[in-house]
Amino acid sequence: MLEVRELTQRFGGITALEDVSFTARKGEITGVIGPNGAGKTTLFNIITGIYTQTSGSVHLNGENISRVPAEKLAARGLVRTFQNIELFGNMSVLENVMLGLHTRSSSGIFSCMTKMPWHLKEEKNIRQQAFEWLEFSGITDLAGHKAANLPFGKGRLLEIARAMAVNPSIMLMDEPAAGLNNSETHMLAALIRKIRDKGVTVVMVEHDMELVMDICDRILVLNLGRMLAEGTPREIQENPAVVAAYLGEG
Amino acid sequence: MRNINVEIIKFLVLALLVLLLPAVVHEGYLLNVLVFVGIHSILALALNLLLGYAGQISLGHAGFFGLGAYISGILTATYSFNPWLAMLISASVVTLLAFAVGFPILKLKGHYLAMATLGLGIIIYIVFNEAVDYTGGPSGLSGIPNLSIGAYSFDSDIRNYYLIWTFALVAIGLSLNLVHSRIGRALRAIHDSEVAARVIGVNARLLKVQIFALSAGLSAVAGSLYAHTMTFVAPASFGFNFSVELVTMVIIGWLASIYGSLLGAALLTILPELLRAFQDYDIIVYGLLLILMTMFLPGGLAKGFPQAAAYLRTKFGRGPASDA
Repeated sequence: MLEVRELTQRFGGITALEDVSFTARKGEITGVIGPNGAGKTTLFNIITGIYTQTSGSVHLNGENISRVPAEKLAARGLVRTFQNIELFGNMSVLENVMLGLHTRSSSGIFSCMTKMPWHLKEEKNIRQQAFEWLEFSGITDLAGHKAANLPFGKGRLLEIARAMAVNPSIMLMDEPAAGLNNSETHMLAALIRKIRDKGVTVVMVEHDMELVMDICDRILVLNLGRMLAEGTPREIQENPAVVAAYLGEG
Repeated sequence: MRNINVEIIKFLVLALLVLLLPAVVHEGYLLNVLVFVGIHSILALALNLLLGYAGQISLGHAGFFGLGAYISGILTATYSFNPWLAMLISASVVTLLAFAVGFPILKLKGHYLAMATLGLGIIIYIVFNEAVDYTGGPSGLSGIPNLSIGAYSFDSDIRNYYLIWTFALVAIGLSLNLVHSRIGRALRAIHDSEVAARVIGVNARLLKVQIFALSAGLSAVAGSLYAHTMTFVAPASFGFNFSVELVTMVIIGWLASIYGSLLGAALLTILPELLRAFQDYDIIVYGLLLILMTMFLPGGLAKGFPQAAAYLRTKFGRGPASDA
């Protein structure tokens, strides 16, 4: 469960987020929507420790993670994917997913250099589990390819497989459908449902309204850094303020 | 698993080559060149872990090499320590020093990191020159004993050759293990996308400092070996030029390739010797060759050989055209 409390972020004189609060529950998909400049990406960057907020707090399964640096969050079960896909391009697809298991392995420099037995055992485990996550994403056949050579859609699936390998309780997805064609978006929708069914809390920023209305259990609408509305997809579609923001000034 | 077997075979071929080479090359001068190829290989390897894998530049590695040489030299020549013990102490001291310095320095990126490590190298170089009471200043430190095991002293060219290359082979083996492990993957991940690496839980900052320390420590080992082989050290060997030369070895060889570092070290050590025929113009020919190589073999030597082979195949119509 992810809880955001009264989050405010100012950059100099500009207020990017003001007093935003919401809760994403376990086993639900929460959508965050809003016109450009609404503060969606800022919200993600604060939750994932890339920015530090001006005030307010973020709680992961009841624990305050507001001051936890980005690299420590994965071990606590929080991962994210990026709008423009951040893969390790010079590495193979399999190696990318193996990196997702970094926090779940512990061999240090010395045992890696000297091939200690526990390190070899761990390495074997990592490889085996990585293959399981490749299968989960449906890209097992690409295991040996260089990640930089993947088409965009497959890269997205790889990024998700890598994030799932971390064994997260919360997955934040920044515009997962951006750049995907229709059939790829359908596959993505099915995959996100599969992730939710594994008990992972999904929070996604997305512009594809059809996808958002289709798979989200709850939706949070931001506009100019403030919360405009929160509710089920049906409630949001019928909310006059949301309609005005999107069709009027948006 | 097949990949791992190929790695083992490559390594064994190299070890065999090292073992048998003196059967062909037994003249003192040439053996001495090969000793330097070995020392430079260890250094290029150490720098490659940092530069090629983790993607962090250092223009101060000659300084760590020099520190290793001087600490070993001073402890044995002035204070009569056992050379092996001196080597261990110098490697440990340099590793710890790099670890401490690494925390502030490796917060910097790109050009700024280059500047900071450059400064570090220059400071170390100045200390070698100015701490005359300990280092002997610009005229150097002599009387450094050879390494020895019992009564067996590494005091001839052939003995030094096997000593240095034993160390080089061990360093190559350990580095190969490291780059094919979770640590190696994490290093390359930092190189490709530091943000993504952090988000999936790689402690990029700590790992960069650790690999910087390891790299410096390995360079110090090369320094100790150098000191005990040459029995004399002077500051001129550890200046800025040599730091640049090390970076060139890594780049010419191929970033992020262990065997590439070896090729780069071999080429940059042997080439100047071959170019002596050009007498005063050797430095010009040397520079031209480096420029041509970076222009036509941008992937480096390790990648260049398969590329050249593919090119020749298409040129002479044997086998299918390759995209290389």
